[in-house]
Formats: sequence, C-alpha cells, structure tokens
Amino acid sequence: MIIARVLGNIVATKKNKRYENARVMLCQQLTPEGDETAYTVLALDAVDAGVGDTVLIVQEGWSASTVATGKPGAAIDSAIVGVIDHIDLLGQERAQ
Amino acid sequence: MQLARVIGTVVATVKNESLVGRTLLVVQTLNKDLEPIGKPSVAVDSVGAGVGELVFWCRGKEASFPFKREDTPTDCTIIGIVDSDAHVTC
Repeated sequence: MIIARVLGNIVATKKNKRYENARVMLCQQLTPEGDETAYTVLALDAVDAGVGDTVLIVQEGWSASTVATGKPGAAIDSAIVGVIDHIDLLGQERAQ
Repeated sequence: MQLARVIGTVVATVKNESLVGRTLLVVQTLNKDLEPIGKPSVAVDSVGAGVGELVFWCRGKEASFPFKREDTPTDCTIIGIVDSDAHVTC
C-alpha cells in the first residue's frame, strides 16, 4: 500500500460499467515523512475520503475491486482503503 | 489507474488472434497538471476512445477484465474517457 494525498477527482461519463456510482480520486503519493513525490495515481474511493486527506491506497487489483465495488474481478487497480491520522517514524511524529 | 492522453493509433496486421478486432492506442501518461510524465505506452481500448482524448487506464492483470478475461492479453487498458480537461479538479 502507498501513502498519498487526495488532490481532487475526475468526471468521466463514458467509462467501464463497474465504475458506475464510484468516485475516482486523483491522488499524489507521499513519502512517509509527508513529502510529495512525482507519482500521481487515480484511485476509487472506498472510505469517503475528502480533498486534502492523507490516505492509504491499495494497489492490488483483487483487493481494490472488492473494497471499491463489493465484488472482485473489475478493471480497477487502485482503491483508497483508509484515511491516515498520523504516522510515527522512529520517534518523530508526522501529523496529517 | 492513471490519467493519459491518446496520442496515436497502432496498426498491427500480424497479431495474436485474441487481439483481432481490438483497437490499440498510444497513450502518454500525464501528471496532475496534465503534463506528460514517463514514456508513452500502448493500450487496448475498451470504451471507444479516440486520438486527442483525455482518458484513464488500468494496469496489470485487471486490465484484461473488461474483455473475456483469458482472451485478451493486455496489461494496459483504457477504461474511461474524462469528459474534458476541466473535469480534472485538484
């Protein structure tokens, strides 16, 4: 799983039918220290995350499909599975 | 999944029979500012995308799920068309 920040979302009328009623969020990967990386990714929201939230994204298709749509076997490779409150790193704490 | 711009089409006369009838498109992955990032790759289309359109694609084994799963060998499939550049909010 990766740590990321929710930047926004996208609107697509024409899409795979398993994406109906799903929110596709644009996210940017963060380091554990909270610094931004160059990697951005689209993930389906399974936890009602909001813009600015630091989140946990699973990047394994079976898990992502199941958590985001209720059943596996969809063309989904990333899903937001948690909102991170804080990360403790060897004594130092990085608040959200 | 990643945002990308369709920048071309691929014509391959000789190909695995499971790819017959599929559209192959060249996609350039984009970052949050819709600027190119990384090298272009070839994707199988599942939604009727065209050159110039802003799309998003799925990677890995799941890329073959829009098709009959064991039938289409792909690790990169276009699964949605973003309505316009303005429909990416961040």
